[in-house]
Amino acid sequence: MKPRRPSPRARNPEGGSRPEAPLRPLRSRRARGPWLGSLRTRLVVTFVLVTLTGSATATVLAYREARTAILKRAQDSFQDNVHDRVTTLAPDVDLPPTARGLTELAERVSQSLDGAPLVVTRYRELQGSSDRLADSSRITPELREAVRTRSAMSFQRVTHRDTPYLVVGTPVTFGDDGRASGLEVYAVTSLRPEQDDTGALLTAVRDGVAPVVLLSALLALLSARAVLRPVRDLGRATRKLAEGDLSIRVAVKGRDELANLAQDFNETADELQSSVTHLRDQEERARRFVADVSHELRTPLAAMTMVATVLEEDADQLPPDTAQAARTVSAETAKLSRLVDDLMEMSRFDSGAARLTLTDTDVAEAIRASLALRGWTDAVRTELPEGVRAPLDRRRLDVIIANLVGNALHHGAPPVTLTLTSTPTPTGRTAVVTVTDQGPGLSPEALTRVFDRFYKADAARTRSEGSGLGTAISLENARLHGGTIEATNAPEGGAVFTLSLPLPLSETEAKAPTA
Amino acid sequence: MPHVLLIEDDAAVRDGMELVLRRHGYDVDTAATGEEALALLDGPAGKTVELAVLDLMLPGIDGFEVCRRLRARSTLPVIMLTARGDDADIVQGLEAGADDYVVKPVTAPVLEARIKAALRRAEPQPAHPERSEYTGLVVDRAGLTVTRHGTPVALPPTELRLLLELSASPGRVLSREQLLERVWDHDYLGDSRLVDAAVGRLRAKIEDEPARPRYIQTVRGFGYRFGPV
Repeated sequence: MKPRRPSPRARNPEGGSRPEAPLRPLRSRRARGPWLGSLRTRLVVTFVLVTLTGSATATVLAYREARTAILKRAQDSFQDNVHDRVTTLAPDVDLPPTARGLTELAERVSQSLDGAPLVVTRYRELQGSSDRLADSSRITPELREAVRTRSAMSFQRVTHRDTPYLVVGTPVTFGDDGRASGLEVYAVTSLRPEQDDTGALLTAVRDGVAPVVLLSALLALLSARAVLRPVRDLGRATRKLAEGDLSIRVAVKGRDELANLAQDFNETADELQSSVTHLRDQEERARRFVADVSHELRTPLAAMTMVATVLEEDADQLPPDTAQAARTVSAETAKLSRLVDDLMEMSRFDSGAARLTLTDTDVAEAIRASLALRGWTDAVRTELPEGVRAPLDRRRLDVIIANLVGNALHHGAPPVTLTLTSTPTPTGRTAVVTVTDQGPGLSPEALTRVFDRFYKADAARTRSEGSGLGTAISLENARLHGGTIEATNAPEGGAVFTLSLPLPLSETEAKAPTA
Repeated sequence: MPHVLLIEDDAAVRDGMELVLRRHGYDVDTAATGEEALALLDGPAGKTVELAVLDLMLPGIDGFEVCRRLRARSTLPVIMLTARGDDADIVQGLEAGADDYVVKPVTAPVLEARIKAALRRAEPQPAHPERSEYTGLVVDRAGLTVTRHGTPVALPPTELRLLLELSASPGRVLSREQLLERVWDHDYLGDSRLVDAAVGRLRAKIEDEPARPRYIQTVRGFGYRFGPV
């Protein structure tokens, strides 16, 4: 058996793709973005950020409230106590007081308060202290100024050697009218217990945040999984659909938006599948119809073709009108026969039944044989370099050459030139056959439509000798070889048809001859 | 006057062919089915039939089967008439033993040319009246007989011509085109399937191992060569 080359999948110019041809192939899978760009990562990061922001805000607000409340309570209680003691004890002091009297007052106030805080009493330049060794710098000039000018109890928080202190100062007044006596009492108490309490709050929050963030990351991963699985399934299904697997469907779970999307996808796929099936059925029916019609036409045509010669042979002995009729019947039968042949050939291309019969071919020799067979050797100027050999379907090559040269001879103007060139490619070589005529060339419309079925460039010449399928069949033959035909106009006028055929290495080149 | 048998089920085509061939001086017998044709060939009229034109699409036993049965009993040249022109049909028909094929619709001159060429192949060749022996295979060019290991081999004219053509110049490579021209008389574009199919049929009859031929060897990319044995 001769080697058979699987027919390359040719595109149809009319867009009527073969039924088994896939839909437009999907662009290669989009490159995945960097890892950080994935939806999963973004979800987790967002979850963690939201958790952090939420707990941080809550903590800050709660901390501030708690701290304020704790300090306020401590402050109020201390101020109340100091006020009570001073109100109780101050009247016992003589005015103007002595240094000793001031100290005694300070000591007595200090002793009557919880924790015996430092109490300092002042009268003008005199000062008494409950603890002579204590540093009284915690009582700032601002506080003293405030006590003196506002004539009311004032307080200030100061930090001394990393310990927060509450300093309370109050002027001592007489009688019901509140006259200032010039005597001032200051009390200093440590706020460390309160600081420790609020600090514990922060520590508790800090220890709690890490597990909460972890938990939220975990939740984010879980929900990402729940969201991403259907998305991934949909993506996979979409790709399959685009690759031509129209039967693909996705599972619809739940009733959320993703389920709706999956539902929509399935309905779209249903629609697409039924449309495509319908179109393919129609196309298949149309194709079968053409094949059947052509085939049915053959048998009567076979009989007509056979006896047509009898009419021709005897035409001379018939009356002139009858002779004319006989010749017309004979000639038209021949045309009809060619048309049916071409229709059959076209339907073989359309149904994918056309196959290559490859034989090792010398392209120049094959072209010369095609020209000689039709008596065109003298009508065509050729440039045919020797040695261009490849496995080709000689019959199909002959069909192409006959069509291209025939068109140039009938529709163009002499001289018709045919050149063969061969250029190396990575996988072998490309043979290029150029057929040029000196006619007016093709109109822009004809250039785009010259390969259409039944397209006739010259409206006046609607009844040409060809079937109108010649160029379309030539193009299909070229495509079956993996090649192509292009139509252009030469700069100096005249139509140029260029046939390009990829030439795989011929059998002789590919391997040594075997016996 | 050549005697031709037309086997065709369509009456119009059959009558058309008969009309044309009779006008051109042929003796024509016709059959509408394969069974009818085989019966006719077995009868007295069958003795003088020199060639059969066989339609592949027949009611009852089809043309392929008719061809096979015909080959089993005679070396009658067969031209098959195919309506479809599909490659698979042609290859199958040639493998069944047909010598040549034409695709319907065929014009009278083409059919007649093919018939003439096939009949010419069946004519005795005057040249090379000699007897050659190639280890086990004897080709008698005068008596036009072939003997393999002492047993006569019945070869239809096309296959006999092919063997004579190849063995006339042992060791020389003949291209498919050359063989088509010399054996089939095809002056139209070469159809190498005819050559390949005939070589296959010939090998099946004369080679000990048709898959590893000794006499008719393939020279890839060029054609066929007889020997060297």
